[in-house]
Amino acid sequence: MKNTISERIADFLKNYPPFNAMEAKQLEQLSLEVVIIHKETNTLVFSQNESPHTHFYVVNKGAVALSKAGQSQILDICDEGDVFGLRPLLANENYKLEAKAYEETILYAIPIKDFKPLALENKRIGNFLIESFASNTGNPYSIKHRGKLYGGNEEAERYSTNKILDLQPIKYSTDLITCKEGTKIKTIADLMTKHNVSSILVEKDNLPLGIITDKDLRKKVATGLFPITAMAKSIMSSPIITYPKELTLAQSQMAMMKSNISHLILTEDGTTESKTVGILSKHDIMVAVGNNPAVLLRAIKRATDAKRLRSIRHGMMNLLQGYLDQNIPLGLVSKIISELNDASTKQVVQIALSKMEEEPPVKFTWLSMGSQGRGEQLLNTDQDNAIIFEDVLEEQLEETRSYFLKLGERISKELNTIGFEYCPADMMASNPSWCHSLTEWKNVTAHWIHNPGPDEILLSSIFFDYNVTYGEKALADELSHSIFDQASHYPQFYTHLASGALQNPSPSGFFRDFLVEQDGEHKDFFDLKLRALMPIIDAARVLILSHSIKSINNTAERYEKLAELEPNNKELYLACSYASKALLKFRTKQGLLHNDSGRYIALDKLNKEEKIKLKRTFKTVKDIQSLIEVRFQVKNLLR
Amino acid sequence: MWPFSKKKQLELPDFWWEYEEHFNEKLPEAIGENTFVVLDTETTGFSLTRDRMLCIGALKLLDNNIVVKESFEVYIHQEHYDSESAEIHGILKKSKRDLVSELDALKQFLVYVKNHILVGHHVMFDINMINAALKRNSLPKLKNKTLDTESLYIRTLLISTVVQKKERYTLDDLAKKFSISRKDRHTALGDAFITAIAFLRTIEKLKPQKIKDLLR
Repeated sequence: MKNTISERIADFLKNYPPFNAMEAKQLEQLSLEVVIIHKETNTLVFSQNESPHTHFYVVNKGAVALSKAGQSQILDICDEGDVFGLRPLLANENYKLEAKAYEETILYAIPIKDFKPLALENKRIGNFLIESFASNTGNPYSIKHRGKLYGGNEEAERYSTNKILDLQPIKYSTDLITCKEGTKIKTIADLMTKHNVSSILVEKDNLPLGIITDKDLRKKVATGLFPITAMAKSIMSSPIITYPKELTLAQSQMAMMKSNISHLILTEDGTTESKTVGILSKHDIMVAVGNNPAVLLRAIKRATDAKRLRSIRHGMMNLLQGYLDQNIPLGLVSKIISELNDASTKQVVQIALSKMEEEPPVKFTWLSMGSQGRGEQLLNTDQDNAIIFEDVLEEQLEETRSYFLKLGERISKELNTIGFEYCPADMMASNPSWCHSLTEWKNVTAHWIHNPGPDEILLSSIFFDYNVTYGEKALADELSHSIFDQASHYPQFYTHLASGALQNPSPSGFFRDFLVEQDGEHKDFFDLKLRALMPIIDAARVLILSHSIKSINNTAERYEKLAELEPNNKELYLACSYASKALLKFRTKQGLLHNDSGRYIALDKLNKEEKIKLKRTFKTVKDIQSLIEVRFQVKNLLR
Repeated sequence: MWPFSKKKQLELPDFWWEYEEHFNEKLPEAIGENTFVVLDTETTGFSLTRDRMLCIGALKLLDNNIVVKESFEVYIHQEHYDSESAEIHGILKKSKRDLVSELDALKQFLVYVKNHILVGHHVMFDINMINAALKRNSLPKLKNKTLDTESLYIRTLLISTVVQKKERYTLDDLAKKFSISRKDRHTALGDAFITAIAFLRTIEKLKPQKIKDLLR
């Protein structure tokens, strides 16, 4: 009695081991027994030492983090299609790790009593289980299946820290780019460029014969030694040095140093007489060594789909955690993370562009707004973005817009996939109100400046922190000029903007107590964003815009610039710069700790030192608020 | 004074009385203890009088879990038949699925839903369709409480006068927003599944404390 849902489940499972080894009929039967479980972020699937459930789990959507209880260090992240929580069921022992939904997750729970007979009966499934479990004990022989069952996927493992790295088997690229002895050098160079690789394997009768790397092209071809019409044979390095595929990190590093080469050829049995299974480059080793911004950046640039980017971003969070643990100055940290965020967004735009059926009709600019625009987005928070496209003829306007709306929708969907939540107020380029031609944007911003009601002020405050992530910078520059031009003719706008900055409720009450939220979902929590960060960010914006400076978006940097421009207020501005960094760091730490946006803080969870630190920034918030109140004569507005 | 109503009530079949019986129980207060029946119907069209249900699909949601085996799917035998709408849903008059009579379908449905809260996208359409069918079979209307995923979704959006909200959100819009595969769109149970996931995600955003926060 199969039904639509069980068919869908079977359809999903059949793509992943061990289910891909099952017969369609068996899988159908099994799918009918599944329970679909929805897990909210940070809820437990099972805890450490809990006795085994009657089901094991497959991740359908989202991600599950495996860790030791009480430790923030995540040992593994299970993604779509990964199986977890199976071994304890087969071995009849308690769970050794705790499993928690890392984000909103849908699980398929499969009853062990229905699965076990199938596993015993089907040899391929049995083998898969044995291999996967064995690999968890550090056996490198099952590298290809490694972690699929319990240990989690390889991607996540590649970026996780605190492991005995040297003894870990290393991941190599298996999609080999090869050529024949007689292939022309030009063809080879084209091939390498197309696949974005630094080396190509020369094969004869399916056996490895030689290798050509970027270095060979530089040394032997670009110097004129060989023409580009020469054959592969003439420039390849041969004989090649081959290794068996089960190689640990330490072994491969040593192998490269010993022979002074940058690529290792891995073959079935380690000799040149067997089939090549992969190439290991220095880059692969770098990636394995781990969390290094340069490596992550390169990995981002090489990513060809959003799913890959998603796992890289898990690595970024690890990096961030490490930086904060080591107390690295937040200015530097936010620069690095922003750079990586920016690169991911850029890559997403590029991927989306390549998937569009047509080229963009005109030039355009992808703007990141809000915290990303300010370079203060350390955690994965909402996406706020917009598109400016070049002016087109009236009759082509709507057609052009519909192209960019479609592009905007794609990009924002992919951004969502890699971990940026949709903006709840729909301030995204997929919304027609945030996808305009240059002239339209000039009109829109002029309208905000001339009619500064509360909504317009809110919109300007989000929009005016824009930053070009992708495309034509000139379009954005022209818009900035237009905005300053309008604002200089209508200085009242700054007064309104300043009053907007004073709208936020105060962080502390009369006796310097924290003011917490009175009702709603976050009752009794302290709203760090609204009560402390926003006032200081908003004040920086109005002050710097009143100096007609658009090139600086980062709040801390804005205050540093202001200190330079107004030496008489230097002290306050520097205090603000410090406070903005301190608050951002606070939010990021809280966010990492609770795997959320870090916006709401449970005060009873803070220790005394943290509370004092937080309170110290409040004084600065109040001081800067009174400065802008006086400077922009906000009181006049109220009368 | 109401001579007909009394007589009519007496004629109601046993399965209806059993269904009514469930409403003597109060619904649990906590969200996690409530069973939600997420449903969708495929119909020949939008007219309550002329059109008929082709299929009812439903599944049960209890504490974030959906037990696949406990899902509900019936295909209804048709006299009235509209070729246009059959094309959309891919249910042909003589499809290979087992068909049951309208009365049997309703009976099974009532046994399935008990007093649980019914959840659907534009749920009133489905309810009205079922009520129309009940009426044809001389039965009273459904007594269950209902929740509409469209109105719940709208509650998750920020209220801002400048960025206009759309007036309507289709199931496709929701599926897109929550990245739910739209593969089984236009089969009743497939749509019910999409609705169920959209419902779960909306609930996570709204974070209601008690069941009455949802039903308001």
